[in-house]
Amino acid sequence: MRQLIADWSSDQQAFHVAWGKAMMWIFLLSDTFIFGCFLTSYMTVRSSTTVPWPNPSHVFALNIGGSEVPLILIAIMTFVLITSSGTMAMAVNFAYRRDRVNAAALMFVTAGFGEMFVCMQAFEWSKLILEGVRPWGNPMGAAQFGSSFFMITGFHGLHVTAGVIYLVVIAIRLLRGHYERSGNYQIVEIVGLYWHFVDLVWVFIFAFFYLW
Amino acid sequence: MTETTAHQQHPIGLYLKVWALLFVLSTLSYLVDYFHFQGHLRWGLIIVLMLLKAGLIVAVFMHMAWERMALICAILIPPIALLVLVGLMSSEADYTFLTRLLFFR
Repeated sequence: MRQLIADWSSDQQAFHVAWGKAMMWIFLLSDTFIFGCFLTSYMTVRSSTTVPWPNPSHVFALNIGGSEVPLILIAIMTFVLITSSGTMAMAVNFAYRRDRVNAAALMFVTAGFGEMFVCMQAFEWSKLILEGVRPWGNPMGAAQFGSSFFMITGFHGLHVTAGVIYLVVIAIRLLRGHYERSGNYQIVEIVGLYWHFVDLVWVFIFAFFYLW
Repeated sequence: MTETTAHQQHPIGLYLKVWALLFVLSTLSYLVDYFHFQGHLRWGLIIVLMLLKAGLIVAVFMHMAWERMALICAILIPPIALLVLVGLMSSEADYTFLTRLLFFR
């Protein structure tokens, strides 16, 4: 027992990066498994149902100028999220140059795009609920469509909302000079990792749920 | 620590290029749906575009390309286990589907 404690408690370090960054990566890895399980269960219910699956191309179409444009809202949401990822990458870059005003400003822009994404998702949810989509059934086809949709996009939307709050909190602390004492702006890169991960998950949801 | 910090300074131009590339790839994956590609072409394009986008985000935006090998392995290898889950569940789903065809129609 003493030997085991000695082996595990001595000053060993596997990851020669800041501990906060290593921890965020490990959290993101666990989140990967959560979303992986959601997408896998979606695959399972979709390929095991005998009722035809609703065509996402039609379900998520919007009427613009009298003609139906397939999936347009989802495409705009994708571009908004990618744009926010771009501004976040620039914020991290400015943080490394210790330019805290620009870094914080870009983080606020990122949070703004994130909020825009959440609003569009709320619009999409209300539209589908009005059309009669429920977790237990819908007028378009397989009942499992509703539960998969609300579960996967809901959990992703929750991540985006949490990310917006996280970004705003860190940006305010950065502006107030909270990180001047340690002189370490590493936290901006850690927030960035979380934000890019949210974008990364959307890439998979977009491909598997909306395009498939 | 200072060593890793120094590693992560990249020109803004690199981010802008990747950003533009992500826009192009997203537009292409949207066009896959818009032009109603079907069959293997559709699935192939969706998967390839998705993996390209995911790779760009992880490698450049999340700085994985410049990270230490120990961290890269610890983060990128475990998700392969998900492929095993996908394999198991797809055979299970086929079985459920066939059973439903037999008994619930």
